[in-house]
Amino acid sequence: MPNFIMSYLGSTVTPGEAGNQFWALIYVLIIFAGVSLAVVAMNWFERKALAHFQIRLGPMRVGPHGLLQPIADAIKLMLKEDIIPAEADQFVFWIAPLIGLLAAFTVYIVIPFGPSQAVSDMNIGVLFMLGVSSLGVLGIVVAGWASNSHYPLIGALRSSAQMVSYEVAMGLAVVSAVLMTSMKTGTGTLSMIGIVESQQQQGIWFIFKFFPLGFIAFVCFVIAMIAETNRAPFDMAEAESELTAGYHTEYSGLRWSLFMLAEYAAMIAVSSIAVTLWLGGWLRPFPNLLQAPTWDFIFSLFPGLTFGALTAIAVIGVVRMPVHSYFKVQRIGLAVFAALLGFIALVLLVIAIAGRSSDSTVAARLREGIDYVYWFLLKVAFFMYLFIWLRATWPRYRFDQLMRVGWKVLLPITLVVLILTAIVGVIVS
Amino acid sequence: MTDPRALSPLDLETPEKPYLDSNELIINMGPQHPATHGVLRVILKLDGEKVLGTECVIGYLHRGVEKIAENRTYAMFNPYVDRMDYVAAVSNGLGYCEAVEKLLNVEAPPRADYIRVILTELNRMASHQLWLGTHALDIGAMTPLFYTFRDREEILKIFEKYCGARLTTHAFRIGGCLYETYAGFEKDVKNFLMFVAPKIDEYEELLTTNRIWLERTKNVGVISGEDCVALGVTGPVLRASGVEWDLRKAQPYAAYSKFDFEIPTGENGDTYDRYLVRMEEMRQSLRIIEQAVNSIPEGPIMAKVPKVIKPPVGEIYHSIEAPKGELGYFIVSDGSTQPYRVRVRPPSFVNLQALDRMVRGLLVADVIAVIGTIDIVLGEVDR
Amino acid sequence: MSGVLNPASIAAFTTSTDPGMAPVATPFFFYLLSGLAILGGFLVITRRNPVHCALALILTLIAIANLYLMLYAPFVAAVQIIVYAGGIMVLFLFVIMLVSVERASKDRRFNRVWPVGLAAACALMALFVSAFVKGRALFPDRMIAIPEGSNTQQVASMLYGEAGRIGQYTFAFEIASLLLLVAILGAVIMTKKKI
Repeated sequence: MPNFIMSYLGSTVTPGEAGNQFWALIYVLIIFAGVSLAVVAMNWFERKALAHFQIRLGPMRVGPHGLLQPIADAIKLMLKEDIIPAEADQFVFWIAPLIGLLAAFTVYIVIPFGPSQAVSDMNIGVLFMLGVSSLGVLGIVVAGWASNSHYPLIGALRSSAQMVSYEVAMGLAVVSAVLMTSMKTGTGTLSMIGIVESQQQQGIWFIFKFFPLGFIAFVCFVIAMIAETNRAPFDMAEAESELTAGYHTEYSGLRWSLFMLAEYAAMIAVSSIAVTLWLGGWLRPFPNLLQAPTWDFIFSLFPGLTFGALTAIAVIGVVRMPVHSYFKVQRIGLAVFAALLGFIALVLLVIAIAGRSSDSTVAARLREGIDYVYWFLLKVAFFMYLFIWLRATWPRYRFDQLMRVGWKVLLPITLVVLILTAIVGVIVS
Repeated sequence: MTDPRALSPLDLETPEKPYLDSNELIINMGPQHPATHGVLRVILKLDGEKVLGTECVIGYLHRGVEKIAENRTYAMFNPYVDRMDYVAAVSNGLGYCEAVEKLLNVEAPPRADYIRVILTELNRMASHQLWLGTHALDIGAMTPLFYTFRDREEILKIFEKYCGARLTTHAFRIGGCLYETYAGFEKDVKNFLMFVAPKIDEYEELLTTNRIWLERTKNVGVISGEDCVALGVTGPVLRASGVEWDLRKAQPYAAYSKFDFEIPTGENGDTYDRYLVRMEEMRQSLRIIEQAVNSIPEGPIMAKVPKVIKPPVGEIYHSIEAPKGELGYFIVSDGSTQPYRVRVRPPSFVNLQALDRMVRGLLVADVIAVIGTIDIVLGEVDR
Repeated sequence: MSGVLNPASIAAFTTSTDPGMAPVATPFFFYLLSGLAILGGFLVITRRNPVHCALALILTLIAIANLYLMLYAPFVAAVQIIVYAGGIMVLFLFVIMLVSVERASKDRRFNRVWPVGLAAACALMALFVSAFVKGRALFPDRMIAIPEGSNTQQVASMLYGEAGRIGQYTFAFEIASLLLLVAILGAVIMTKKKI
């Protein structure tokens, strides 16, 4: 058994490439659990961050500092009455959230958390990602229609028109990134792992390449991805204060939570794609410039230090909680949480120190794996914060203005960036 | 300029030849709606997405305040006035007290005038802050709401310390003020002035140059100056359309003639100009308060008013510049202790008539923005 | 299922650069996917509700995309999903939902002259089967030798050319894209009230 695990840890290809169905299945399960956990954490983080932007505190009662709030929400949603409109189409009503969920989760097959940590590294990874995320639109259209009501239908059609429009700009921005992969080697690659490896080879994250072309393409992709996931400032189709109340009006309880799950999973998925294409995926900062083993060691301490910082924040929270019988349970709960975070921090530091050599010991391989995943998730977390930040700060675009931005602003800009990237690439090489 | 009285609400030019996507439908917004600032019902006639005409159905908050006035003495009616425009209750009280004082031919002492000006301008500030928060929320920016409400709390704290109530204050009495300023009033007001001046800049930083805000508010809900004058629209809406008319300068009341302030005006009469005008009015209010609080004269706060108020037979119309526009009181006295008739000219009621003129040709999402920018309070519209 | 997809020819085809790509349970998946495609097609013509028909068509398209995958054409499979299932079917659904649905679902499902249609379909099928049986000698006994790993690059070089040469189909590709542009402009001009 340990040999089995060791042999797997030492592989340099993804399970899909190696044809290893067992490990691919394990990966899929890990991703499923991880994404669900991330959605739960994202729910909590959104409420807290939004509240702090608005000079409030957010959830504080359900669990220490509201940490158990998402669980309470999930339980509430599961216990709610499942209302299906009378004239609605039963089968389609049932299947609509599943389509959205399927599309959102299937994208994770190609997302690389490390050079061999992806479920399957297809050599058409980028195309696969674009195709599957365009299937998510179907879920929304069908959901709005199945509700058999005028306003959800209009909201669904608007949502899907918006998503389809911004897919074009998204695809073109992705194409400019893919174009940059062919700069050094002469042939580009559509595989996600290949894109990150070409960033490593060329020694520069694509966001900085041919500055400002890569940056503009990145910004266009970020705008398109916010519009794809129907988040503010492009959330006219699901805002409560507008006339059309959105495609998920008639969904209650668990079905609605499936839509929410699909939305957040799609957010994390497109952020992961942005990270892979422009921000260097799993690469730590300056992988080529600062290549000495000491630098490797310093950067490998980061996961442990991050969890250490989180532990410190939790401990401060414990200390500052009022000493009163009302708060006893919360204090204990937060202390347990701080202890858990501290334990994780300790384990990570031990692995980082034990595996500081670069031979193929278990600890070294573990350390490398953890480092890759950590840097990847750190960058994705930045994007999550960006989503929440934009939601708190900006008003909403009106629907026709939204479509105008998608077609008349983003599309020409991405086309021009693509052409300029190609021209500059030919000139440089 | 067409005579607005000749226009029926759903009167419109014949539409162009109907094509693939034209479908005229009539949509009902409210009375229960998150964005209509109260119980307002708006019937929209749409062509696809464009608004062809609107009709407002009001009366859901009608409480018969004017009829009640005929059965109350003048002093007993004073608390009722606060409940009309509950956001700017102090102004309502000011208008009513000054109207009755005019009827009685009594003048409030200067100290009372200064206190009145300070509290009214604080209330103007609070009303504009509430307007800003809700208007931004309607357009989609959810954060300014919390900022403005947080800062408005400080004003409400001052009110609470002064007269015991935050919202419906009943601050003034006929003939002056009942309560002397509490110990520390000037200090509180000065602290508030220092506290809030950078906050207004913070609101502006979030919104004024924001591209999305500009696109949602520029050229949305345009109304010209002549149309405003013809419809009787007053307040920031009128001033944003270019007409420089403010009752504080044109017909000064209370102690306004003693202070130095400016009247901000706009050019285009669109939503963005109304936003800028109200932001600038907030700053001018701060200026007035600062001048006033530095020079409150000593003296009595209540004039010599008989215990039983029995004005001579006659009628009076007195109007003030409330935060939302010209608030007028027409009181007919028949010599008894109860007025014969009290007619309130609420600014929101008259301004709401301009809604139809403003939203022709806009999209549905803009209707909500325009309702917000007129700044209506249904308590005032319906009374 | 004769000369193309049997294990021998697949084994001969699998390149040594990716040994892990040996297919798994090919007959099972082939029958499954073809069955799904046929089922989807059948549902398209027999369901009363147009939205159900559109969903069944999506099922067919996805099954066909997977069949392309089995034929070692991942690029075509991905483009099929992006363009067909993700773009065209969404627009189908738009049109179905915007145009009145209730009337369509109350119409007669099948035309009154359906025996003629059935006869024509049977004749067509007989034509296909006879062409396949009689002309088996003309079919290639191996698959087209585009290695799966560089599928995209091969398609691109056929469409766009490489290393200074024009590709095999560049001219046709450009003409087709020009045609599509003209079609888009025509649609815009015909339907907008004013541009």
